[in-house]
Amino acid sequence: MSARLKLGAQGLAVLLVAGLLALLIWKVTHGNGGGVAAKVDKGKTAAAPNFTLSRLDRPGHLQLDSLRGKAVVLNFWASWCYPCNKEAPALERAWRGGDGRVVVLGVDVNDLSGDARKFMREHGVTYPIVHDGHNVTSGKYGLTGLPETFFVDPGGRVVAHVAGQVTASQLRSGIDKARQA
Amino acid sequence: MKLLAVLAAALLLAAPAAASEQHPTLLELENQIMCPVCAGETLAQSDSPAAAQVKRYIQRRIAAGDTRSQIKRELVAQYGTRILAAPPRHGFDLLAWVLPLVLILGGAAGMGLLAWRWTRGRDEPRPPESPERPLDPELEARVDEELWRLDG
Repeated sequence: MSARLKLGAQGLAVLLVAGLLALLIWKVTHGNGGGVAAKVDKGKTAAAPNFTLSRLDRPGHLQLDSLRGKAVVLNFWASWCYPCNKEAPALERAWRGGDGRVVVLGVDVNDLSGDARKFMREHGVTYPIVHDGHNVTSGKYGLTGLPETFFVDPGGRVVAHVAGQVTASQLRSGIDKARQA
Repeated sequence: MKLLAVLAAALLLAAPAAASEQHPTLLELENQIMCPVCAGETLAQSDSPAAAQVKRYIQRRIAAGDTRSQIKRELVAQYGTRILAAPPRHGFDLLAWVLPLVLILGGAAGMGLLAWRWTRGRDEPRPPESPERPLDPELEARVDEELWRLDG
């Protein structure tokens, strides 16, 4: 093999390794907020990753950042998820009991929109629901399953997180924490 | 005659494909659609509630008379292309089909080139060896003397 060809192959190999390393560093540093749930569970706060998704309760879209100034109960759910069925009444009560400064926002993930609407009808859900069929939010929030609930303060920071079925008392304390922050 | 045989074979293969497109079965689609919440599992491989939901949806669509392409399109609209077991053959996803082929062909071409260069290097005539240098007369005399002593 000529020295020039050998040098070229070595240069290419070094470039490939450098490229893969850069990709790894980028993935770690820009890692789509995978640590939001983990961070909050460690007692820290994290900026709530923004999203714009189509609404299921009415036509149009909803952007999370448009709710700044209010405490947001961000509930990730799906119609096929059994605990989601169980927690829906508590979420509806929290929404109806709010004084206008608290918004319950459901994010329907990995679900069929038709089945989600049926779920909403069956459980009398009146709080806003957005549909994330393409699963763009779960990675950003670091979901490990469904349901999961995040409490976002009026400044857009996640201050509390509940993995699994959320209870009425957890909702109360999460909302209080978000409003006090 | 050969052309007729090829046409007949093509027709024989095309008929089941067309039937499967018009009247798909759940069994067939289960292997072409991924479970939306399971890592790397098709519907056929998963017993998760999310997979069961998609299976029920497919059954409903089949009963309603949808074709295989229609059902896949509806599922892609709901979940994105990640729901398909094989990426679509258009747009950016086409890369998933083309890239492995390019890599295989490129690798084969590279190996061929290297093999050609190596074999060509072996066949090249070697440079002639340098002729032996005559020994220094003084050194030669010493060697002869030493040998004579050893023999003696």
